[in-house]
Amino acid sequence: MNEFASGVSDTDIPLVQMRGITKSFPGVDALRNVSLDLYAGEVLALLGENGAGKSTLIKILGGAHAPDKGSLQIHGNSEVIAGPVDARRLGISVIYQEFNLVTALSVQENLFLGRERTRLGLLRKRQERAQADALFRRIGVVVDPDALCRSLSVAQQQVVEIAKALAVEARVIIMDEPSAALSPREVERLFAVIRELKAQGIGILYVTHRLGEVMEIADRAMVLRDGEHVETRPVSELTRESIIEMMVGRRLSEEFPKKPASIGGPRLVARNLRRGAVVKDVSLEVNRGEILALTGLVGAGRTETARLIFGADRMESGSVNLDGEKLVIRNPRDAINAGICLLTEDRKQQGLVLGMGVIENFGLPNMRSFAPWGWISQLRERRAMDGHIDRLQVKISTRHQQAQTLSGGNQQKVVLAKWLERNAEVIIFDEPTRGIDVGAKYEIYQLLNHLADQGKAILMITSELPEALGMADRILVMREGRINGEIRAVATATQEQIMEMAVE
Amino acid sequence: MKRLFSEYGSVLVFLLLCGYYSVVTWSEQHPTNAAAGRSLAQSIIATHGAQSDTLIIVRDTVADRVFAKAISTELARLGGKVRETVFAKAPVDAGRALRRISPDDPLQAVATHHAGTQWGPLKVERLKRLATQLSLSHVPRVHFPESYMWPSFLTWSNILNVFKNNADIAIIAIGMTMVIITAGIDLSVGSLLALSGVISAVMIQRWWGGEDAGLWGVIAGCLIGAGICALGGTLNGIMVTVCHIPAFVVTLAMMMVARGLALIIAVDYQSFLSGGGTKGTPEAVKIDHQAFGAFSNGELFGIPNPILLTLLLYLLAHILMTNTPVGRYIYAVGGNREAARLSGVPVMLVLIFVYTLCGAFAGLSGVMDASRFEGGRPNAGELYELRVIAAVVVGGTSLAGGEGRIFGTLVGAGIIAIIQNGLNMQGVATYEQMVVFGSLILAAAMIDQLKKSTWALRMFELPQRWIKRPGRRETLQ
Repeated sequence: MNEFASGVSDTDIPLVQMRGITKSFPGVDALRNVSLDLYAGEVLALLGENGAGKSTLIKILGGAHAPDKGSLQIHGNSEVIAGPVDARRLGISVIYQEFNLVTALSVQENLFLGRERTRLGLLRKRQERAQADALFRRIGVVVDPDALCRSLSVAQQQVVEIAKALAVEARVIIMDEPSAALSPREVERLFAVIRELKAQGIGILYVTHRLGEVMEIADRAMVLRDGEHVETRPVSELTRESIIEMMVGRRLSEEFPKKPASIGGPRLVARNLRRGAVVKDVSLEVNRGEILALTGLVGAGRTETARLIFGADRMESGSVNLDGEKLVIRNPRDAINAGICLLTEDRKQQGLVLGMGVIENFGLPNMRSFAPWGWISQLRERRAMDGHIDRLQVKISTRHQQAQTLSGGNQQKVVLAKWLERNAEVIIFDEPTRGIDVGAKYEIYQLLNHLADQGKAILMITSELPEALGMADRILVMREGRINGEIRAVATATQEQIMEMAVE
Repeated sequence: MKRLFSEYGSVLVFLLLCGYYSVVTWSEQHPTNAAAGRSLAQSIIATHGAQSDTLIIVRDTVADRVFAKAISTELARLGGKVRETVFAKAPVDAGRALRRISPDDPLQAVATHHAGTQWGPLKVERLKRLATQLSLSHVPRVHFPESYMWPSFLTWSNILNVFKNNADIAIIAIGMTMVIITAGIDLSVGSLLALSGVISAVMIQRWWGGEDAGLWGVIAGCLIGAGICALGGTLNGIMVTVCHIPAFVVTLAMMMVARGLALIIAVDYQSFLSGGGTKGTPEAVKIDHQAFGAFSNGELFGIPNPILLTLLLYLLAHILMTNTPVGRYIYAVGGNREAARLSGVPVMLVLIFVYTLCGAFAGLSGVMDASRFEGGRPNAGELYELRVIAAVVVGGTSLAGGEGRIFGTLVGAGIIAIIQNGLNMQGVATYEQMVVFGSLILAAAMIDQLKKSTWALRMFELPQRWIKRPGRRETLQ
């Protein structure tokens, strides 16, 4: 008996049934033995921390990844999804956070992109128009099919994506954080659309961080943690607290070599930072010898805040002071010269010039000391790098080895080395341990301690709550572009407390 | 082996080409240089004895004068007599000189070169007839340097000529290499070259009095010409960085504007020469200054100035790219602009710098061109941008940016120059050569891809790639 689909479903056979799905990427087990049932006419919420495997799971359903192991049944028939084409054929549509619309084309053109109705090679626009109108009537929202997609609001674009899914007769619609960029009113409208779809027997997999929405729209909730399936239960049996507990689950182990810090007065003071919709009025200060963790959900504005302090993006308003002195930061160069450095989350795209050698990367921000008179002292550069390479135990074959041939951990260490040589006063780490194996993680934690000992101010952005609890002296939690809470007593804090602040 | 091929592949191609053209142009050589003259004099003395009397007949050209001078000097040293040295403008002059021989004062030898022996009056039967007419005791014997087999390509003078004539391409290619390493392109170099030449010429002629211009006047004129091109490059750089316009579009516009300006200035100058009465035509602005031509046409230690200048600039550019922060920044900006910016590299300044330098090199080449032809030619440098880009690409610089070597470009420019020279020697027409150069660029680009050695792999991956959602990075999130 299918007791969860609240009687909407007319059959016991699930629309989608996944069993034992396993998927690993180099160095990471993204999913381990995950099972999923989605029935017609139900909304299944897919929950989990950042990195729990939600995205991997929906990408497998959408055909973007192939699972290493596991079986899939659609309407009781065994199927294999080898690519997006298969997914579409089987009636599965994924609406990703970044929409897949050609913004320069009209709504109608997008709806029929790749499946244009033609006669004798000419477009049958009137027929397309009639179908488009029918689709929007079915959803219950009016969008002008002739409007260019770039002129639409985010909510409207989402409706177009849903219409696109219906146009290919999707029976399963997967929504990846559909409410992330919507206003409360728009979310209400989205829910109305979802209820309409439910009534038409469509199964919806709803990925979200917002527990309030889960309680409101979902029939069942499925929780992933570290790539494993924790539980799937009807929402009626759950509370916010029980969901958070399922999401966080584990207890802290001894993986964090935290040392008691002697914390001094404020060094970095940022006030009222603002930029567009992503950073709405953020103020924070980092003290001498302190490791301040900045956490929150993906998209909460943590990285964006760091980029404002570092001058990577232009702030609309706000001020940054270092040791009581007001800084004028127009670009990263200004920030670096003032003594602030940023280790970006994305090493490959932003941290290293992958085509250049290790030593060339290492020297890049340090030209002032290696080449004071416009002539690079290779000797000085080499000596400086060798010191860091030894201390950080970076494994390289030659000094000029291309950065792209290094492993993730070694790449991160090269990035570390180049900034350590700079001897900055404020160091911002954005996800310093992402994609790095346990051993290298430990070394980086020790380095954080060491830097704090030297009296530096350290701002650590992290999505891993155990890391924040294990290493930080203080934790700030961001939500939707604002600091939503502060935890001073880190030793006694819990992950539930942080999640509480990170979600609504 | 693979590394050797990828790093020095272009040098290998260069050497292979040299070898190929050496074989193809293997032919009879008729030397007319000073050394040939000296050995000719020695063989005359050896044949006729020290007291012999010689008539030297050569053409009225610079090279032949050197040849004749060497013969007469060597003869004098060995005690021989030179009756007369004839610089014939036509074979008739040779005939006239021979007819001046009298029976009382017979002539033993006539010294000339291979070309001279082809003239009518110097043919054996004609000389015999002449001897009968003038009732000479004996027929004068014609001596000329011995011919030998050697590749025409592989002569010192040809090689020097090839490199001298392509020095402007090579010099601009330095700037272009830097621009391309930053993942940009500069199409305006050919037009800037013409603009620089015309401006320099007009400056020297109108402001500093042409013929009477002092050295400093000439230098100032050239600096202004080249400087304006550097400014044009700066403008390119500003448009690319500050205004975020694609380099292709910016420099395409600059290419048309600069060419137009060069023509306007040249036309205006012609109109000025005619007293303002007529409209003027886009002719070259002739420079009357005596010494100005020496800049491009002179030589130092037997090597033409343009070649020396090219080598010097390549050396400096190599040092800039490998041993200074600027060079490091140029590679970084091309390799990953965002990472470079976040590492504190002044990305905008670096980009403006490379475009300025590229413009300045085009300007310098314009001055060289004006000096070589002793006039600013508004039509100079047409399609140079493409030849320069070809040299850079053949030299192994990736159009995607971040990779490339300055000396690679020098080899690339050498390859292009030698192929062109070889094709000229084989009598291939200019329009036919275009097909060859087009194919060459394609081949170089293909080799660049092959070098990355993922070609086969990528062909294999293609079908999968089509299936995957395009434009989406794989992340674990």
